[in-house]
Amino acid sequence: MSFFTEENRSLAREIIGRYPKRRSAMIPLLHVAQAQAGWVSEEAMVEIAELVDTTPAEVLGTCSFYEMFKRAPVGTYLVNICATMSCALAGAAELMEHAEERLGVRAGGTTPDGLFTLASAECQAACTEAPCLQVNYRYRYRVDADGFDQLVDDLAAGALDDEIPPHGVTARVRQHIPAGRAVGAVPPEAVTEPPVWISAAVGNGAGSA
Amino acid sequence: MSDATAAETAPGTVEVTINGVAIDAQPGELVIAAADRAGVHIPRFCYHERMSPVGMCRMCLVEIDTGRGPQLQPSCMVPVSPQMVVDTTSERTRRAQEGVLELLLINHPLDCPVCDKGGECPLQDQTMAYGPGESRFVEEKRHFPKPIPISDLVHLDRERCILCDRCTRFADEVAGDPLIDFTERGNETQVLTFPGEPFSSYFSGNTVQICPVGALTASPYRFKARPWDLVETESTCTTCSVGCRIAAQSSRNELVRYLGVDIDPVNHGWLCDKGRFAFGSVGSPDRVTTPLQARAPSGAASDIADAEPLRRFQPTDWASALGAVAAAVKAARPGAIAVLGGARGTNEDAYAWSKLARTVLRTDHVDAQLGDGLPAELTVGLPAATIDEACSADTTLLVCGDLREELPVLHLRLRGAARAGTTRLVEIAPTTTGLTRNAVRSEQCRGGEAASVLRNLLDGDDPLAGELASGSVVVVLGRSSVSESAEAAAEVAAVISARVPHARFLVAARRGNVRGALDMGLAPGMLPGRALSASPPQELAAAWGELPGERGHDATAILAAAASGEIDVLFLLGADPLTDFPDSMLARLGVSGAGTVVAVDSFVSQSAAEADIVLPAAVFGEKSGTTTNLEGRVSAVGELVTAPGSARADWMIAAELAVLCGGDLGFLSVDEITAEIAAVCATHASAIGPDLAADGVVTSGAAFEPELPPEHVAPARDAYGLRLVCNRKLYDGGVTVSQTPALAPLAADTVMRVHPVDLERVGVESGTEVEVHSDRGALRLPIVADAGIARGNVVVLFPSPHIDVGALIDVTAPVTDVRIETRGDGVSR
Repeated sequence: MSFFTEENRSLAREIIGRYPKRRSAMIPLLHVAQAQAGWVSEEAMVEIAELVDTTPAEVLGTCSFYEMFKRAPVGTYLVNICATMSCALAGAAELMEHAEERLGVRAGGTTPDGLFTLASAECQAACTEAPCLQVNYRYRYRVDADGFDQLVDDLAAGALDDEIPPHGVTARVRQHIPAGRAVGAVPPEAVTEPPVWISAAVGNGAGSA
Repeated sequence: MSDATAAETAPGTVEVTINGVAIDAQPGELVIAAADRAGVHIPRFCYHERMSPVGMCRMCLVEIDTGRGPQLQPSCMVPVSPQMVVDTTSERTRRAQEGVLELLLINHPLDCPVCDKGGECPLQDQTMAYGPGESRFVEEKRHFPKPIPISDLVHLDRERCILCDRCTRFADEVAGDPLIDFTERGNETQVLTFPGEPFSSYFSGNTVQICPVGALTASPYRFKARPWDLVETESTCTTCSVGCRIAAQSSRNELVRYLGVDIDPVNHGWLCDKGRFAFGSVGSPDRVTTPLQARAPSGAASDIADAEPLRRFQPTDWASALGAVAAAVKAARPGAIAVLGGARGTNEDAYAWSKLARTVLRTDHVDAQLGDGLPAELTVGLPAATIDEACSADTTLLVCGDLREELPVLHLRLRGAARAGTTRLVEIAPTTTGLTRNAVRSEQCRGGEAASVLRNLLDGDDPLAGELASGSVVVVLGRSSVSESAEAAAEVAAVISARVPHARFLVAARRGNVRGALDMGLAPGMLPGRALSASPPQELAAAWGELPGERGHDATAILAAAASGEIDVLFLLGADPLTDFPDSMLARLGVSGAGTVVAVDSFVSQSAAEADIVLPAAVFGEKSGTTTNLEGRVSAVGELVTAPGSARADWMIAAELAVLCGGDLGFLSVDEITAEIAAVCATHASAIGPDLAADGVVTSGAAFEPELPPEHVAPARDAYGLRLVCNRKLYDGGVTVSQTPALAPLAADTVMRVHPVDLERVGVESGTEVEVHSDRGALRLPIVADAGIARGNVVVLFPSPHIDVGALIDVTAPVTDVRIETRGDGVSR
């Protein structure tokens, strides 16, 4: 019936409670949705809209801005091979060719078993370690053909499960804010004091300039 | 220097220099707005004076010097500051404008010859005025599938879009329906709806009007006309009683488009989609174009009427039709003539019929409301407030139907005021409404019990009592349901007046010109100029002569009298009691029991189909005159197209009929009537002349103080039953919607809505068809759960397309309680 699991539903409620406005929880909830399914479906967006009290169109508008929210299914492991300058000079194209051969899919494709999605990516800011790639945004440096094969074998065998969770999971251990410290929904007119960081600045005389 | 400037500057203003001329700007005013007021045009696409600035399009870049040297800055984002120097024509400004236009045109298709916006397109015009004249871009432009429908009424062409954020901002900020948004932000940015969730806002047409390119087009106008072929007149929308100012446009004697005109006191340029697209019903092929006479007496041939309403009638000419009417009038017993309706016409129409009824037909049985409004004395006599006052009162109390469904642009104004914090909305309603989110407080009540809820709040120790006592209060008062008696709404006025004597009222009358009709005396015991017949004003008594002595019947009493054979001639002046009167059994008995039924109508409505004579009436756009909105604001309506066939204005029919009946109304043109109204009605003395254009004239005051009904205890609840609430939808079963091709498919479905807990008590799944019984009748309808309905209520749309909800309502009962019955297993279908 509903997209979120019972557990994630109560997590969603907890997250919403942290903010003075429900809408502020939209991006955190998109992460929860992506962690649950590996991608963000329309069904998930409709449910998030309901939870944060807005329209699905606004959730789509936000979700589609972020390239890392995937709106179509991706494999358990999203392999992004950098194709920008330094990596290109250090053999990224050859690495990509090898990866396509090994996984049997073109860049952008997903293996039939749903384990790997191969993608070509822009600079990942690891130019000193070219050619580099990311698996679910976890770096692998100076990757050659053998290293790639080893990586794929390890991932398939589950040897890297501790380090690399399935796509969408941002962290295994989630930070929880105790209910007492959650801000909760506050009507704007109930806020009379300036935020702490502003009042502190005003107190220092820094805010008057 | 600065001292000297300060001395010259008017207090509370900021002196800035625009193109070498010093002007006084308002503090906080944006440079572009100050320039507009000073008559300096800065080109723009995204800036719109009724929405917050976003600085999206960069077209309004001008050189602004705030003491640090001239800088190119977007004038829509920079507020004025003292000694600011603005140059809108400098070389750098000009080059910036050229650059922005070259950039905007990179992906904009040059399909102007087939674009509906061509000829009135800000992008086209500003490219001509400020553009570089050539482009350095030779690559392929971006392509998208050509227009995709984003709702039933609006089409989107993404190739033409320049991403100015006007439509999306409007949907979010003004309409409160953020169903369109920028998606795929980046170099693929495009405006889109969520898949499967169309932009079905009641205000979607406004996005078409404010789109600065041809990206958004409205399906009723697509490829209908070119702007330079249009004939235009400024007018006032009469679809509901808000009275939005519009520019009506026609092509080849056919209305093709209405545009909102921005007037400050009423609509701020916005229109609802029903008003915007209602012109479709004016050009409908189903209009009555010639007088019709029934072949057989009414009632005798109703089986034919059911099959093919028009077959009952035979077309005739005006002389025979009016002759027959005059003969029926002359043969009628004294006091046996009644006039129902008149809310659809102009003030002049209403005045003419009011005068005809009193001075020629010698009857006071007139009522412009069909048992669905407040008592007429209250509507015209309560201390009045304007829309602006409602938007700036300390507290605005809403005790009325859902304004989004009934008076959409009033909803927009109040929503905007609540968001801007200029007023606090407090709502008492049987369901959540469009304004519930914006209200600081929303009290739900059972149908018909708003007065008791209010009394408990004000007499108890609730903080609301203090808030109302200490600040200005405007009450938006209306009938939240026609299944409760009008006394329930009148009692609300009594409860408030007794406890908050300084409260003023904005009566949420629904029908187009119902306020004007009541002001012109189309109600029993009332006379033009908000006077009572018991004490007629001198000017009027002199002009009208002797008046019928006794106070006449209202709509309910007229129908009851007709049902018992006491009415010989019943005029239906654009009124369709069989559809619109709440109690459909009484309506049916009344219409069939009346001697001769004369329908003055533009369509063969359900009631007109039962008439003996149908006289074709001209409608909005086909006649000029004045109209009155719910504030009492009188403004002009314009004539733009010719009425079909021999249809004519209601006042002409009245004047002609007067002569045939041996009287004379004393006027032969609309202007003469307008002048006579101004002469005999003290309230309308200023409602004449050129002031009626644009903002119109607010006529205020009444010649009497209305008597408020006594307060009484709310009727006991039937513990096992549910209270029927007949709410309104913008797209209902009425003739405006059903005769407008663009709107007819949007008419709301008829379902019963109850609170989920109540549905559980009924014991069926949401969506199951059940039987609903009242003391009066029974219906079969699907029932669905809706958490927005207060416990104990069951909500049904009125008037419903295809379903006779009025069969449940007894208009003499204060409220209507119903029982829901399921057929055994609960899966009946």
